[in-house]
Amino acid sequence: MNQIALSEPLLDTPLLEMRGISKSFPGVKALNVVNIALYAGKVTALIGENGAGKSTLVKILTGIYQSDEGEIHVDGKPVAFNNAQDAIDFGVTAIHQETVLFDELSVAENIFLGHSPKTRLGFVNWKAVNARALALLHSLESNIDPRTRLKNLSIAQRHLVAIARALSVDARIVIMDEPTAALSRKEVDDLFQIVKRLKAQGKAILFISHKFDEVYEIADNFAVFRDGKAVGSGVIAGTGQDDIVRLMVGRSIEHAFPKVDIPLGETVLAIENYTHPTEFRDITFALRKGEIFGIYGLVGAGRSEICQSLFGVTRPSGGKLKLNGKEILIRSPGEAIKAGIVYVPEERGRHGAVLQLPIYQNISLPSLTRTSRSGFLRAAEEFALARKYAERFDLRAAAFSVPVGTLSGGNQQKVVIGKWLATQPKILILDEPTKGIDIGSKAAVHAFISELAAEGLSIIMVSSELPEILGMSDRVLVMREGLSAGIYERNHLSAETLVRAATGNA
Amino acid sequence: MLKQLFKYREMLLVVIIAVLLAAFSARSPGFAKPANLANIFNDTSILIILALGQMTVILTKSIDLSVAANVAFTGMAVGMLNAAYPGMPLALIILIALGIGAVLGAINGLFVWKLGIPSIVVTLGTLTIYRGMAFVLSGGAWVNAHQMTETFLQTPRQLFLGLPILGWTAIVIVAIMYLVMSRTFLGRAIYASGGNPTAAVYAGIDVGRTRFFAFVISGMLAGLCAYLWVSRYAVAYVDIAAGFELDTVAACVIGGISTLGGIGSVAGAVLGALFLGVIKNALPVIDISPFAQMAISGSVIIAAVIFNARQERRRGRIILRDRGASEQIEVAA
Ligand SMILES: Nc1ncnc2c1ncn2[C@@H]1O[C@H](COP(=O)(O)OP(=O)(O)OP(=O)(O)O)[C@@H](O)[C@H]1O
Ligand SMILES: [Mg+2]
Repeated sequence: MNQIALSEPLLDTPLLEMRGISKSFPGVKALNVVNIALYAGKVTALIGENGAGKSTLVKILTGIYQSDEGEIHVDGKPVAFNNAQDAIDFGVTAIHQETVLFDELSVAENIFLGHSPKTRLGFVNWKAVNARALALLHSLESNIDPRTRLKNLSIAQRHLVAIARALSVDARIVIMDEPTAALSRKEVDDLFQIVKRLKAQGKAILFISHKFDEVYEIADNFAVFRDGKAVGSGVIAGTGQDDIVRLMVGRSIEHAFPKVDIPLGETVLAIENYTHPTEFRDITFALRKGEIFGIYGLVGAGRSEICQSLFGVTRPSGGKLKLNGKEILIRSPGEAIKAGIVYVPEERGRHGAVLQLPIYQNISLPSLTRTSRSGFLRAAEEFALARKYAERFDLRAAAFSVPVGTLSGGNQQKVVIGKWLATQPKILILDEPTKGIDIGSKAAVHAFISELAAEGLSIIMVSSELPEILGMSDRVLVMREGLSAGIYERNHLSAETLVRAATGNA
Repeated sequence: MLKQLFKYREMLLVVIIAVLLAAFSARSPGFAKPANLANIFNDTSILIILALGQMTVILTKSIDLSVAANVAFTGMAVGMLNAAYPGMPLALIILIALGIGAVLGAINGLFVWKLGIPSIVVTLGTLTIYRGMAFVLSGGAWVNAHQMTETFLQTPRQLFLGLPILGWTAIVIVAIMYLVMSRTFLGRAIYASGGNPTAAVYAGIDVGRTRFFAFVISGMLAGLCAYLWVSRYAVAYVDIAAGFELDTVAACVIGGISTLGGIGSVAGAVLGALFLGVIKNALPVIDISPFAQMAISGSVIIAAVIFNARQERRRGRIILRDRGASEQIEVAA
């Protein structure tokens, strides 16, 4: 009784089919005899909680991991993907959840690394590389210069480069593992235009996302994984979201935005005319005790940059910062943590976690002064801290002593959030707090944020997700190209106002 | 079972060393006798201590190529000191050795921390400079056994429970380093700074300062070894320990300390050093020429590097991001 068909079975021959695939890691059975089929000209959404095995499947399909058992069929014929090149040869390309790109190479080089167009003599044809990169980026409605070094790009821009890289090979099967996690609505729309074009060209697409609105907008079929098993598949049309959620978590999920109204206290943090030489200018706002202050804007509007300067990662060139009425200067993250300000960064792999260290050591890292006694660390206290904060978010891991690098993407994010909450801050800055987190855990994170606000914490929350901003914020600062486009009170919030302010379309 | 062993590379090394010992004692009975084992350990003590210093630095994504030159300069300094002031207590001499070593290490650390120069460049420079300083200090002259005092020469040779004080010193240093690495803030900061420098900065850790302290530790241990070396070989001259920095790096690599930083353990470094020590002591016993010895040691090192690289690839090629890329971050200094 593994497969529950919720609707009509699919009849065509699949372009690609995986049968009876299993994959184990030490202590975890990531995939347990799963079947999945992808069809030409169709988008199949792969849905499941954090750690359900989605990315593992992607890595098997792209030849990065080899399955312990099971078969892959392309056009009905069995094939073997022994390495990444095999998968590329059979026409499989993927945008991975954790993109691996090269900081020191140019955008164009990143896109064509390994398959650049050659001249007749066999040298790299740089003219063609740059021209084709430019064309690809244009089709993504992006005006990134293909010659700039990758390290100069923002997270979202890097993400677009990763997408361009996947599309640069002529593939028949395109896999997208949470491609929209770092993107705002406008970029998502552009991506979907491309997906539709790929569909029309007869490509089979596997689309992984935790966002149901996107799944319903773009997918034709769906497959649901739970704890490494395929628990259901079918056609999206005619299948209710509730049914899918129930398959996914085995129960239904309560309301996702449990914002409680609490009386706001005095002003805790105020910034006046905060200015950075290149990223933002003249930002002014005041944050009150118990408040959830949302910051909305398109990706690249300077939201993360403000947060980073509040946390002492970068320094502003002008303006004032007042903490409890006193003007202070924050010169390093260490000073910010001491002042009770913490920042949960958006890019967990780069800024958030030390992937080689075990979970408990990651969670205790910024709190070591509290978990140590007379200079010596105490593992028992560190474990206690980890247990307390990890269990809040339903962290799925074999043990607290396994390296964070072995966790699924969403579970890594939970470790990062837990680590910052464990410092018991007064001001909490959350940058895309639920990015990559499944809906069940998302509700848990939202509930916890509300609870923290009720306990008197002040929260700044950057999010590209409109429902999250609308549902959680007391007030919202909208940013556009590094400038403030207004602050909106909760009772004047609507999706239209925010989007209009963020895009500048009157 | 085999998988479990491979998972803990330290266990694997223990097994390999045990197999080697068994094989060698089959060829040459008596090789694995306790007295000979104690002898091998004693002989490897200096390498063990230096490898621990090197490990500390490598864990922070750096390298210290100047350790052997540090040994040469500090060794010359304490040798001359002992010759010039025979009345100076040994404890003071050792303190001075630690101090000089730490200062030389701190110089490396400051260049890496404050000027942001890659450690390989800095220590490649100081490698020549420190040895040059040893030459300037001594004018190229040797300090010979007859110029040194009895206490200076004999203390590390005193037996205690069948093991010379030299060996005991290594054991004490191993214990201290184990404590530092696993139980102190500095130890954790060292792992975090090497594992993901950017995330470490976000967690409030000063990565540059952590690297600085790693170099100071490495220098201080080199200073200690300088005294141990000079007293063991009863001579100080400009070229002592020439090329020994490579042995320390080799011990670390064999012991599974990742040259990318952030991965490795005290046990690994110690076992890596012991492995080299066993090979070095065993090959002459079974009549292998010194040149073949060098070739064999070299092959073992390359094998270990290959093994490590494969381990690392298996562990994290995809899940881990490009770690090298996040080396520097734009913290206003
Ligand atoms: N290299 C690895 N070593 C050990 N365990 C692993 C490794 N990769 C994945 N896992 C485990 O396999 C399980 C499935 O992980 P996977 O990344 O496929 O989840 P996912 O469905 O993509 O989740 P998410 O929505 O969080 O991205 C998890 O329990 C994870 O901890
Ligand atoms: Mg995933």
